[in-house]
Amino acid sequence: MIYLTRKAEFSASHYYHNPEWSPEENQRVFGKCANLNGHGHNYTLEVTVAGEVDAVTGFVIDLKLLRDILNRRVLDDFDHRHLNKEVAEFRSEVPTTENLAVAVWKRLDSQLHPARLHRVRLYEQPDLFVDYYGE
Amino acid sequence: MKVYLTRRYLFVASHRLHSAALSDAANQETYGKCNNPHGHGHNYFLEVTVSGAIAPDTGMICDLGVLDATVKREVLDRFDHQNLNHLQEFGSTVPTTENLTICIQRILSRAALPAHLEGIRIEETGNNSFEYSDAMMQRR
Repeated sequence: MIYLTRKAEFSASHYYHNPEWSPEENQRVFGKCANLNGHGHNYTLEVTVAGEVDAVTGFVIDLKLLRDILNRRVLDDFDHRHLNKEVAEFRSEVPTTENLAVAVWKRLDSQLHPARLHRVRLYEQPDLFVDYYGE
Repeated sequence: MKVYLTRRYLFVASHRLHSAALSDAANQETYGKCNNPHGHGHNYFLEVTVSGAIAPDTGMICDLGVLDATVKREVLDRFDHQNLNHLQEFGSTVPTTENLTICIQRILSRAALPAHLEGIRIEETGNNSFEYSDAMMQRR
């Protein structure tokens, strides 16, 4: 089994807000992230796929194909966007790094034939990242 | 649904690698520059990985402020700007980063972290890093 990781960056804005809570509760739980004017990050996304090496091509997956899927399914929707206002998943979910990683997984899973998605790692900042294995 | 969150922290400390069980010559042979009697120091980057389910109301697996405060209180305040050889933790063990990793894993495994501790990773320099976690190693 070979694991292949492709890295990509996107920049986006967001804020954290639970509409069922009072402004005070949102402020208490989310702190600076509750500012409704939003703030932004340069996110670094690492997508790891697993698979066997194809005897003819020597590939686990065609890197160009992986890049195209990543662009079409994730980056085109996330890059230079306001996650709360422009990305479907976050009309109802808080766009935390945890939820973003799961959303990326759902967008990519089962799209990467003949490889399979192994891990989504998403850095919000260099000192904070989330891993999701689809478990 | 299980999500892993990793937070990266910095502390700086000095140490000297020297084993009382070895002769001076053997210490020099084993530890080389790290055996310098005056010690030396590193910027240690500590990565703490916790896991849990995402709470639907917050979108988070834990309160990051509580995680940071716990790691600061239990680890960073104890080791930052210290000489590791002078600490009680290294009274009888050599403060290699292997031993430091085991020491910090033990400290955090007993601490009241806001999510399940999966493991830790320490970068001693940009070229050396050490990890402690059976589960994490199995997954790689």
